[in-house]
Amino acid sequence: MQVTSSVREPLITGGKTLKDVTHDISRQVEGKPSMLWLLALLVSVGALALGFIALAATLWEGIGMWGLNKTIGWAWDITNFVWWVGIGHAGTLISAVLLLFRQKWRMAINRAAEAMTIFAVICAAMFPIIHMGRPWLGAYWALPLPNTFGSLWVNFNSPLLWDVFAISTYFSVSLVFWYIALIPDFATIRDRATGLRKVIYSGLAFGWDGAAKTWSRFETVSLILAGLATPLVLSVHTIVSFDFATSVIPGWHTTIFPPYFVAGAIFSGFAMVLTLMIVTRKVFKLEDYITIGHIELMNIVIIITGSIVGIAYITEFFIAWYSGVEAEQYAFVNRAFGPYWWAYWAMMTCNVISPQLFWFKKIRTSIVLTFILSLVVNIGMWFERFVIIVTSLHRDFLPSSWAMFYPTWADVGVYLFTFGLFFTLFFLFAKFFPVINMFEIKSIIKSSSTKEAK
Amino acid sequence: MERDKNFILGVFDDEDVLLNAVTQVRNSGVKIQEVYSPFPVHGLDEVLGYKRSRLPIAAFLFGMLGTTLALTMQFYMMKFDWPMIIGGKDHAAFPAFIPVTFELTVLLAAFGMVGVFMVSSNLKPWGQVRIFDLRITDDKHVMAIDLATNAGIGEEKLAEVLKLSGATEVNKKSFE
Repeated sequence: MQVTSSVREPLITGGKTLKDVTHDISRQVEGKPSMLWLLALLVSVGALALGFIALAATLWEGIGMWGLNKTIGWAWDITNFVWWVGIGHAGTLISAVLLLFRQKWRMAINRAAEAMTIFAVICAAMFPIIHMGRPWLGAYWALPLPNTFGSLWVNFNSPLLWDVFAISTYFSVSLVFWYIALIPDFATIRDRATGLRKVIYSGLAFGWDGAAKTWSRFETVSLILAGLATPLVLSVHTIVSFDFATSVIPGWHTTIFPPYFVAGAIFSGFAMVLTLMIVTRKVFKLEDYITIGHIELMNIVIIITGSIVGIAYITEFFIAWYSGVEAEQYAFVNRAFGPYWWAYWAMMTCNVISPQLFWFKKIRTSIVLTFILSLVVNIGMWFERFVIIVTSLHRDFLPSSWAMFYPTWADVGVYLFTFGLFFTLFFLFAKFFPVINMFEIKSIIKSSSTKEAK
Repeated sequence: MERDKNFILGVFDDEDVLLNAVTQVRNSGVKIQEVYSPFPVHGLDEVLGYKRSRLPIAAFLFGMLGTTLALTMQFYMMKFDWPMIIGGKDHAAFPAFIPVTFELTVLLAAFGMVGVFMVSSNLKPWGQVRIFDLRITDDKHVMAIDLATNAGIGEEKLAEVLKLSGATEVNKKSFE
């Protein structure tokens, strides 16, 4: 019996040729910035500047500026840290895991998603560094550096130290992976440019020659880096979850945390990719490269990871009941019906119910609804971390120590600072770097463009 | 005639035509200097007769170096240099050392391999490169043939071979 597959949906619409790809993507790097972009950058830099006041106040006065108390020693800071790291995960998943699975639809979005990863990890790393209180001494606490105490080394049994190694490795490997793929595209811009732009992009293009030998090595390097980045990305959020899971706080001390955190990270990361890409494709007129098909596929990933997260929430409850441990049972009942019930139900609504709407094809192929739901998911994922962290801490072992957490203006301001930083970096990237991987798109023009399918 | 100075270039529009052309040109006894493309063409390194890259070996060796360094560092610091009892566990708490060991393995493997790639492909900031044709980073594939290496064949004959194999243009390029 002969089996013939139906023709796949084209990944690139509009009958693009190789020259069109170069032109469409290089155009926004070479052209004058649009008013819309300038406005967006202005707003981001404004948020950065406003947030900097809170950051400066925190560094000047100390961590007392935040709403932490002796019961709740971790709140917005670590919530924001986990939230930003989680967002970063989608970039690596798209560029590395989908490369290993040979999913060609990754090619239109991997560049921007990886940029998002790098900027999100920078924002995430801000929080533990600021929380050190005296970050200028932080290198001695976080790295095994010889010191005058003996040397008294860092504690390699601590998951917080594993985090230092995980996050810094993740950041640097992602940066290298991203930059290696940018080199051929910088060469394209270099070869079109004159004057100062040529000097700058010649520097960035690293003397790329496009020789068959270089491409052959390049492909090997990409594949191995993808192979290394895949377990790396899983390890990073696993280790982030160890920050909680290895402690003996009811609500944290669970073995489900690593897979549950990784799924949640991919879930929120894809939502952020959608938020960014829906805006980018509109502003830079890239609808032929980032099609409704791409958006639909990302929404399907959101259904899957969102469902995993939903099952994890229910499993936690079940295990708390089934374990028979009273403290554990109390922690979960208190989460849902205690003073932070609103955060819990915000999380349940945003993360468990809203992604299920994507089962409807009308909803997952609608740009407006996808955009709204992508924001909802990220709000939900922020609440997830807030719920896990604050509700588990606020009922201390002694009822006399029970407390509530109220954020101060400095908590809000430092979070705003990272938003400003993230969007400033992303908008600069979107203007001065090719937002879509040109050479990868060119390599599939023959097989996946509408021009050839006709 | 001096080598590596004067080239005849075949310009190709289509990667499948190019793959056939490489085989055809090589079969007619012509030595190809190099083929330049705007994107990786699968199978091009095979028809050109290039050996498989040894970069995975470099990655493996650097990875092993990372594993060794990480384990040595942690055992030295935690067990020998300043032993401390943490959580009632053995000083040499091997399971606790796995995450850092894994991260350093990945870090060194990635950076080592990329470093070797940069050196072997001569990639560096503001690296100088001979550009045979500006369109090779846009939409054309260019096959460069050294006139000196193929002196026995003659320029007209080389141009003919290129045209026959499907080149849309045949140009000449000389470097100082």
